[in-house]
Amino acid sequence: MNHYAVTAAVAACLFAQTLSQPVLAQSAAYSDGKIKIGVLTDLSGQLSDSTGQGSIAAAQMAVEDFGGSVNGTPVELIFADHQNKADVGASTARRWYDVDQVDAIIDVPNSAVALAVQQITKEKNRVAIFSSPASSDLTGKACTPNGIHWTYDTYALAHVTGEAVVASGLDSWYFLTSDYAFGHALERDTGAVVESQKGKVVGSVKMPANNADFSSFLLQAQASPAKVVALATAGADTQNAIKQAAEFGLGQSGKNIVALLLAISEVHALGLPATQGIMLTTPFYWDMSDETRAFSKRFFEKRKAMPTFYQAGVYGAVSHYLKAIKAAGTDAAPTVMKTMKETPVNDFMTKNGTVREDGRVLRDMYLFQVKTPAESKAPWDYYKLVRSIPAERAFRPLSESECPLVKKM
Amino acid sequence: MSQLLGIPPQALFGQLLLGLINGSFYALLSLGLAVIFGMLNVVNMAHGALYMVGAFVAWLLLSYAGVGYWGALVLAPLVVGAVGLVLERTMLRRLYKVDHLYGLLLTFGLALIFEGAFRHQYGVSGQPYPIPDLLKGGTNLGFMYLPTYRGWVVAASLLVCLGTWFAIERTKLGAYLRAATENPTLVQAFGINVPVMVSLTYGFGVALAGLAGVLAAPIYQVSPLMGSNLIIVVFAVVVIGGMGSILGAIVTGLGLGLLEGLTKVVYPEASNIVVFVIMAVVLMMKPAGLFGRER
Repeated sequence: MNHYAVTAAVAACLFAQTLSQPVLAQSAAYSDGKIKIGVLTDLSGQLSDSTGQGSIAAAQMAVEDFGGSVNGTPVELIFADHQNKADVGASTARRWYDVDQVDAIIDVPNSAVALAVQQITKEKNRVAIFSSPASSDLTGKACTPNGIHWTYDTYALAHVTGEAVVASGLDSWYFLTSDYAFGHALERDTGAVVESQKGKVVGSVKMPANNADFSSFLLQAQASPAKVVALATAGADTQNAIKQAAEFGLGQSGKNIVALLLAISEVHALGLPATQGIMLTTPFYWDMSDETRAFSKRFFEKRKAMPTFYQAGVYGAVSHYLKAIKAAGTDAAPTVMKTMKETPVNDFMTKNGTVREDGRVLRDMYLFQVKTPAESKAPWDYYKLVRSIPAERAFRPLSESECPLVKKM
Repeated sequence: MSQLLGIPPQALFGQLLLGLINGSFYALLSLGLAVIFGMLNVVNMAHGALYMVGAFVAWLLLSYAGVGYWGALVLAPLVVGAVGLVLERTMLRRLYKVDHLYGLLLTFGLALIFEGAFRHQYGVSGQPYPIPDLLKGGTNLGFMYLPTYRGWVVAASLLVCLGTWFAIERTKLGAYLRAATENPTLVQAFGINVPVMVSLTYGFGVALAGLAGVLAAPIYQVSPLMGSNLIIVVFAVVVIGGMGSILGAIVTGLGLGLLEGLTKVVYPEASNIVVFVIMAVVLMMKPAGLFGRER
């Protein structure tokens, strides 16, 4: 009896396969019969709370919302941990492109890893959409025809924060800077903006990365005449610096703390007593419109945390990619890239965004201030809007671009 | 003389005081390491992880059991000490007869497991732990603003360090311990239960790490990675002081804290390597460490 059941099952499978062959043949425009998206992210390091599993969940939501297939071809999602090491990220990207037939890589927090993946993607002629790294070099001197920088970049952080804060009268700055490429770039860009707005940089200190005690640097900042203490730091460094700034009473001594890169997961981890009053720039906050609230509520049910702007960006990037391959009828990189650049970006966090020729996505950016515990009415009710900055003022104009793809007039 | 090393002397005092605060953390942690190495000959790589566990126990007690800082200050070291006892009884014990390296590898593996487990459960962003009400606020000393809590940390860790030094070097129990290290068979022959004493020593050593964790919780984010950032420096402190030297660990911990504080003003970029430069120099001049004996 059992024997017959097995035979019947095998026969059914074979039959089903022969039936499905013509369908596959029809969708041959999509290579190897499936669309494969790889989420390359940080699953174990400092960035794993703000990206990591949440990025994977956001990508899954985007695929599900799209119906799980494009013109009948199934979409498959895979993911890997790059451990914040450029070599690990690069070898994963190579394996994905060469062996696993991955069509597009998404997310890639950590600029060093992203820059490595950018070059490999160009070499293999696939698509990479960077939703989480910061470095504006991705659309500057390291731009490629195969890469899109989705959510934000260091240029926008520097410009939005620098201009808006100086405009509000806080014109003398002191930088606490992480002593590596990211921190240096952020300090340099922001400092240039501050000075172009007639503000003044009165001092800065370069702090070793992954430092635990910031009290010494905070006291140096406190002793300076600056009105603003700007943190050009990331991850755990930002958190410990903020926590200890509260301990040493920087706020009470009249200093305004500006965090140049801060995710809502970090504000949540620190709590409002330590973070109140901090100003920050971000492209997304969950409580901005009915659409952002609807997405964030669904995300919260999956992850028990509100989405960070990185994770929201992953959703947008995957959706836009799927829309483009549907419209183009192929997953061949050059056509898909062309379609993505021709199609306006519209999702819950982006209204009429555009993908520029250098790969830069133009979107509005927002300057927020963290609420005081009294102002916050519910869990995750953390930010109040100070001002919004239109896309064309937030991002680097093409005239300043070092990207070789940009045709200079 | 209005400037010292290019810094106004008032600012210098401030930085030295901060160095002393960090130094007292180094002292407390390296003391535990020194006790364990001195008595058990185990290079306890799990020390940083157990420091992290101490901070997490404090946070868990506060969040789920409503036990505040002062309760945690007693309970968390007991919990961590108990964990240490279990580790010693079930695993470390089997390695005393083989090379030191095996103990090092075992405790290193344990550290990775602890960190991985907490990271899996709580993520890397860490948890906030408030400063207890009694120690909130601070005093303006004229040359700097000293948060009360930091003052308390220095006082508490100095007290614990000196107490430990006294117990080991000046009491009968300490004499037994030191004798058992030299010649366990002979001490056993006098009717003293050496294995139990060794277990308790390990438990006590890691309890010190747990205590340091509770003291650190209100200053740093309570995060699974907090121990791995600190442990390397603390090992350098122990090497400079002389492996196994109790007094060496305390004095070197405080001294290096001061020196690091000074570097943070003079040349901040070097502040995370100055300790290792000194370690290299000390190893060249005096391989057994400043306070160590050649074995």
